[in-house]
Amino acid sequence: MLSHGGGGEEMNSLINDLIFKIFDNEILSQSNDSALLNLSGKLAFSTDSFVVTPIFFNGGNIGKIAACGTINDLAMVGARAKYLSCALIIEEGFEIDKLERVLTSLADICKSCGVKVVCGDTKVVPKGKCDGIFINTSGIGELIDGPVGLNGLKQGAKILLSGDIGRHGAVVLANREELSLGGNLKSDCKSLKEIVEELFNAGIKPLSMRDATRGGLSAVLNEWAKFSKFDILIKDEFIKVSDEVAGVCELFGFEPYELANEGTFVLAVDAKDEEKALKVLRKFDANANSVGEILKDQHSRVILQNIYGSKRLLEAPKGELLPRIC
Amino acid sequence: MTLINEFRDKDLILALSELIKRESVKPLNIMEICGGHTHSIMKFGLTGLVGEKINFVHGPGCPVCIMPKSRIDEAVKIASRDDVILCTLADMLKVPGSITSLQKLRADGADIRALYSPLDCIKIAQENLSKNIIFFAIGFETTTPMTASLMQKTVELGIKNLFFHINHVTVPAPVRAIMDDESVKIDAFLGPSHVSVITGYEIYEDIAKDYKRPIAVSGFEPLDIMDSVLNLVRQQNAGTYNVYNEYARVVSRSGNLKAKELINRYFEPCDFNWRGLGVIKDSGMKIRQEFSYLDARMKFDCEVNSKAESKACICGEILRGRAKPYDCKIFAKACTPKNPIGSCMVSSEGACAAYFKYAKEAI
Repeated sequence: MLSHGGGGEEMNSLINDLIFKIFDNEILSQSNDSALLNLSGKLAFSTDSFVVTPIFFNGGNIGKIAACGTINDLAMVGARAKYLSCALIIEEGFEIDKLERVLTSLADICKSCGVKVVCGDTKVVPKGKCDGIFINTSGIGELIDGPVGLNGLKQGAKILLSGDIGRHGAVVLANREELSLGGNLKSDCKSLKEIVEELFNAGIKPLSMRDATRGGLSAVLNEWAKFSKFDILIKDEFIKVSDEVAGVCELFGFEPYELANEGTFVLAVDAKDEEKALKVLRKFDANANSVGEILKDQHSRVILQNIYGSKRLLEAPKGELLPRIC
Repeated sequence: MTLINEFRDKDLILALSELIKRESVKPLNIMEICGGHTHSIMKFGLTGLVGEKINFVHGPGCPVCIMPKSRIDEAVKIASRDDVILCTLADMLKVPGSITSLQKLRADGADIRALYSPLDCIKIAQENLSKNIIFFAIGFETTTPMTASLMQKTVELGIKNLFFHINHVTVPAPVRAIMDDESVKIDAFLGPSHVSVITGYEIYEDIAKDYKRPIAVSGFEPLDIMDSVLNLVRQQNAGTYNVYNEYARVVSRSGNLKAKELINRYFEPCDFNWRGLGVIKDSGMKIRQEFSYLDARMKFDCEVNSKAESKACICGEILRGRAKPYDCKIFAKACTPKNPIGSCMVSSEGACAAYFKYAKEAI
């Protein structure tokens, strides 16, 4: 109901009886206007808003993505997430039990990652003004060992992928179009905090990292190529794509490189660290692989080599993903 | 995906590549009529596997590329009405009209929906009884049966608020129009696959005979295309001009009779103004008189003053196979998939968009 966002008794009961209970921790329960935190050293700070449809999908829901998204954004610069904020925009009529499921998923990820939700906000908007629920999370994390940025990209660096690609995008698409795919297709939505910490623990200093969310692998590599000006060569025989994702792509005329991922990231490492990094990644996902390298040419191109040895450009995705007609 | 992987087998593709290169003795300009083939050729880098004698030429078979501005302008005019929900298929949203595209109009608040299946119109019509639902129908013989099926359901269910703006076109007429132009140098054709599932390969037999050109009806997979190219090379060497049905796993000589019957029940041929090619006699479809009460062009005011095509754009030359996207001065400069000027840059099946996406410059 709208009154749940009105600042009165109903709102207090929603916050105290549901939200505080789910996110329970000593900082949040102080109920101050701002959270009082204990942090040291260099920090990273990130924010993201989540508006996924459908809200529940195979492998997760909007709450899980809202936690993983920000935790992963921090992990990608080499930061260990510590604290999260959580702001909710809820459409009038959104069921309380669904809200509970969403927030519990968010809290579960945070707990498993040692992250606390320390502040937040709740607004309820009239029916039709938002699509069920929108969530914004912001996060603060401590750098593990110096920042990881785009300027680490250099000639000869090896490009690694932490898993197979396109599963989240394909799940969402299949759900929207009510495609029955036998239930085997599951989003890759997960936290990358532990994997990144293991990489650092193994003595690897990543040159660059990026989770391949919207725009998928193509978007990340094109951004890297554009920023560094180097050409990037990747070989499609080394990029793992599940049969289900490949099937969805064939049906709609999409390419797996452009589909979103929510727990798969791209990693650039020094050639000498390639094997060691791959070993760490494969502890978490057997589909992790080394897929290419940064070339010496500086034309900002991403070149995809297929199994027949032919090469073509891998362009950054543009506009809406629309299915092929023919 | 085993069904697909078998048609992408590395060893077979490389073996065919060797045979094509070895047996190609003189230049062979192959027009791929269908945009889907252009897309596959670029996506799988097949130009690099067929040798220098083979020159792929993009044809007129992309339903988005050939849509004239006037038809988009008509759709824009109808979709601008408050009492209308306009539905169409995917890429058509992006095609620039004289003033705007359906995509931009949607951003301005018009109710325009991209469908995955035309049959979704039924649900939209039933849920929006106070609105007129317009299905902006596009495509070749591949999609025409789906529109006819939707019309059949509309009639059967007695739906009163669903109307049709028909922009269906056929394959043989533009192929003949292109071949009648003496400046066009096409030696052989890759016949469309999905179209042929409906029409059957018999529709190419007269074209092959009349113009003395071999035609290979080909699937979209790399192995399909490479096998078809080898056949065309061999026919060139032997001096034959037969229709080779490479896609025999789904294409028969007479096609899908039920679908053809459905098309004939609701549609009859009409002249159509092709973007870049001009008016071609009997190359389009219109609703038969009996069902004209379903025709959106009859029900709504569709009078538009459309602007002429950009003079810099050479889409017409590209669709005739007389130029490549690289030959266009605005290719990848003023004209990009984000801001298409010519229609060949709009759809992923368009020649310019395929070249832009996969091979903006030689690698």
